Amino acid sequence: MTTRKKIVIVGATSAIALHTARIWAQEGHKEFVLIGRDLTRLNRIETDLSARGLDNRVQIREVSFLDPAAIQRLVTDIAMSGPVDVALVAHGSLSDQARAQRDLQYGQEELLINGVSAVVFAEAFATQMELNDRGTIAVLGSVAGDRGRKSNYVYGAAKGLVTRYLQGLQHRFAGTGVKVVLIKPGPTETPMTASLAASGIKMASVDDVAKGVALAIERGQSEAYVPGKWWLIMMIIRHLPRFVFNKMNI
Amino acid sequence: MRPVSSWGRLSSLPHDVFTLEPGGITLPATASDKKAIPFGNGRSYGDACLNAGGALWATSRLDHFLGFDASTGVLTCETGVLLRDIQSCLVGQGWMLPVTPGTQMATVGGAIANDVHGKNHHVFGTFGEHVLQIKLLRSDGTSIVCSPQRHSEYFAATVGGIGLTGMMTEATLQLRRVPSPWLETETVPYGDVQEFFDLSQESELSWEYSVSWIDCLAGKGGRGLFMRGNHTQRGAAAPPTARVRSFPLVPPVSLVNRLSLNIFNNAYFYANRLKRGRRVAHYQPFFYPLDNLQHWNRMYGPKGFYQYQSVVPLAQAVQVTKAMLDAIAISGQGSFLAVLKNFSKRNGVGMLSFPQEGTTLALDFPNKGASTEKLFNRLDAIVLEAGGRLYLGKDARMTRSMFEAGYPRANEFLNYRDPGISSDMARRLMGF
Repeated sequence: MTTRKKIVIVGATSAIALHTARIWAQEGHKEFVLIGRDLTRLNRIETDLSARGLDNRVQIREVSFLDPAAIQRLVTDIAMSGPVDVALVAHGSLSDQARAQRDLQYGQEELLINGVSAVVFAEAFATQMELNDRGTIAVLGSVAGDRGRKSNYVYGAAKGLVTRYLQGLQHRFAGTGVKVVLIKPGPTETPMTASLAASGIKMASVDDVAKGVALAIERGQSEAYVPGKWWLIMMIIRHLPRFVFNKMNI
Repeated sequence: MRPVSSWGRLSSLPHDVFTLEPGGITLPATASDKKAIPFGNGRSYGDACLNAGGALWATSRLDHFLGFDASTGVLTCETGVLLRDIQSCLVGQGWMLPVTPGTQMATVGGAIANDVHGKNHHVFGTFGEHVLQIKLLRSDGTSIVCSPQRHSEYFAATVGGIGLTGMMTEATLQLRRVPSPWLETETVPYGDVQEFFDLSQESELSWEYSVSWIDCLAGKGGRGLFMRGNHTQRGAAAPPTARVRSFPLVPPVSLVNRLSLNIFNNAYFYANRLKRGRRVAHYQPFFYPLDNLQHWNRMYGPKGFYQYQSVVPLAQAVQVTKAMLDAIAISGQGSFLAVLKNFSKRNGVGMLSFPQEGTTLALDFPNKGASTEKLFNRLDAIVLEAGGRLYLGKDARMTRSMFEAGYPRANEFLNYRDPGISSDMARRLMGF
């Protein structure tokens, strides 16, 4: 049998990550390493991914997402057993903007989990992939990171940090075998956005977004908006003059 | 509360939607006067999956495979898993669902609750015949593991029981081996209903799949296209990369009307007559011709549409089918989505399972209010007289007496209903 493609997923219980993993699992011959915090859910996903394709292997690793030393140890350990082909960093939480404004401790935690934690993982994988001069690091950013808005700038700022950090990694790895992919999903129907769904906001299906994520990773695209229409929408929003933008209630 | 529609888009009324989380599933408490109905992917056409003003238990996140044995083909999964995922994941391992309906976007729970059938009914029967076990969670907090051997009465009530016996959380299915994702298919044009019956009989022994498209405007003549297929080893190396499109909006009026129907039916018939003969097809376009056009149900406009699906006993099927087609042609209503198929004699597994030996006719009708209802009443009379019945998974309007006449085990079924569950259909046909 051919060697299995090794895929590490951070935040494997996130809906977008899970559905993307299922696309890969269906192809078979994959070695998944699922990193997360909720063991019961990870176990269920382990069974699911194993059953969905021929010759899949799945292992689960637990780590605190906010402990850089533990993250470094874990990623080094994972790479020791064989080079990582794809690292998908997908964990996050949709911050409650109003609460973050009242409760600074909460606001800081949200910035750490959505921003700092994601890039610490990316850096850890970058170090390992640089040694082999191959591999793809993909991080889920967000359209919210493109311009600060009053309705979600805590989440947006964290995702903005991810955007800049990945730009730096892309510059560093230009012309090498390591690819750095930044994916910016628009609003997607997931448990994370259930409160938005209830308020009637139209969202992309997680299946469609997962397809976009898998495609961007396959192509090694440096930046991908999914669905693609968000590229145009965000280009307009980024370029709106401030006097127009400030009048908008978004 | 948020508005929910079924596939027919006949209504869009508010429901309390509870999305169940996998793991130790507990049913959310609802107000004692507010009952709930399990809801999969909303592919039933009528009101079987609706519960206006009440609650829905949505299974969209119960979408995990729980185990698959590639040597025996036994799959255990949560009931929100789409048939699509089973087919696409396991066909590469040499297994597929033995029975599949015309869309793969239905869930396992929906397929059991409606005891769906497919183009191979004469070989494999209904979906429920391949269900080995169901885990049923009742609203009183108890759970029942039922199978054809264990709590078989609950099993028989749940298969085809349109969700009324409890919340199915897990199911174990027996899949069937296939040599590849490919089918050897043949399209045979026919000129009248009698020819359909001859083709159907002739195909029964040597073809696993058979179905026919019928031109509902052709009247008694009933020209159509007979399509049949068998699994095959050979095929192209790569599956077709079908482009998924989406019907972008709800037009202000139905795009299906007498004029468009006439043009479409002629074009479809003659185009396919040119393509008559044998070819190798991938399972997706053969089983699920409409799945690549998402939201196709929008084409019927804001008032939605009905699907009328009946089955009548074989003895008088030729005359009865002719009479029905005649009534439809005279009314000038209908759609290009019209299907004719023969069911063979099998022991139905479910108390409320639809298929019985005979001929089934399924047709879409744009909702034109009173004139559509008038046609349905006419068709009901023909079906009732012939000793036939209508399919609950499609129905949104039959009368309680029509239901009771068609489903002799309805009374027995009531013993196994979950008192915490109700739906628009249950209130309409069973009184609560």
